[in-house]
Amino acid sequence: MSEGFWKRFRGLEVSRSRGKSATARPQAYADPYVAGTCLGLVLLASFVIAGRGLGASGAFASSAAGLVAAASPARAAANPYFAPYLGAGGPWSEWLLFEIAGVVLGGFLSALAAGRLRAAIERGPRLGRGSRLACAFGGGAVMGIGAVLARGCTSGLALTGGALLSAGSWLFMIAAFAGAYLFAPMVRKAWR
Amino acid sequence: MNPFLAAVAIGIAFGWTLERAGLGSAPKLAGQFYFTDLTVFKVMFSAIVTAMLGAFWLSRLGILDLSQVYVPETYLLPQLAGGLLFGAGFVIAGLCPGTSCVAAATGRGDGAMVMLGMFSGVLATGLAFAPLCHFYESTARGPLVLPDLLHVNYGVIVFAVVGMALIAFQFAERLEKRA
Repeated sequence: MSEGFWKRFRGLEVSRSRGKSATARPQAYADPYVAGTCLGLVLLASFVIAGRGLGASGAFASSAAGLVAAASPARAAANPYFAPYLGAGGPWSEWLLFEIAGVVLGGFLSALAAGRLRAAIERGPRLGRGSRLACAFGGGAVMGIGAVLARGCTSGLALTGGALLSAGSWLFMIAAFAGAYLFAPMVRKAWR
Repeated sequence: MNPFLAAVAIGIAFGWTLERAGLGSAPKLAGQFYFTDLTVFKVMFSAIVTAMLGAFWLSRLGILDLSQVYVPETYLLPQLAGGLLFGAGFVIAGLCPGTSCVAAATGRGDGAMVMLGMFSGVLATGLAFAPLCHFYESTARGPLVLPDLLHVNYGVIVFAVVGMALIAFQFAERLEKRA
């Protein structure tokens, strides 16, 4: 292996200089190809260990089902979307909920190790904090509708199904990129 | 291995890699859609290529039984419409569901808001599901994979995806330099 290859890996290492000074700059992000390859290996490990890929929107769906069931068990059981989440161990023992708890923990630990933990509301240069939070909520809600209809999101459908060559996953991926590029000029003020 | 313990462990590795790539930062993700930062594409497609090649070879070598791995099922029209909506939401929010969790976990308030919006969207759509049910179940094709759809050998599709990704990576580098 060339030295350059290993240099690229440094971004993935735990910073040892963390905390030495209050003004320590956060580490640079890892090379996208190296990070992507690692992500692919995580996904592959999930296929081997768990017999399924990664996911995210399923955790939201399962907890929504759990909330509805807590408020009104009859209503949840009669709902064709939420009812399937109520079987077996119930909505709170969904595999993806545990996986997402891991994602939160893993993201936190990685940022901690790299000196990147910081309270912030990230936004484009021309957007106020309130507008940014409104966009975040609104965009999240629109994604939620899309994820319900498509039966998944970027993780479970695009990434996992993409690697398994699922036809619907590739269709979703192309549609999602198309939707984003079509809509991007309309929300340019939010980011550029 | 306890499945829930495995889920948490896999999740930690997933969240760690997303954060390392910088995918907890909404402006960075949004750069994808203005051709200024193609990290989303690069990370996603190197991950797809890696996992696809790994799954293909592990199954060839008899280590992984692909028939035991859950393949997302195909519903043509719902996934087309859902994908378009999802993409529009993605560029407004600047984060997708998985990366919003990483953003929130690393102290970003906008990430927490995307999570809340996502949850509300799923909850509202689920509650108003009855009229959507027919559309949701339409154009079902089961666990259809590209090799079956195109009547080509699995290995040929794998090879084609790798080739397309390599060309697209070159293209992405050029686009970024121009930006």
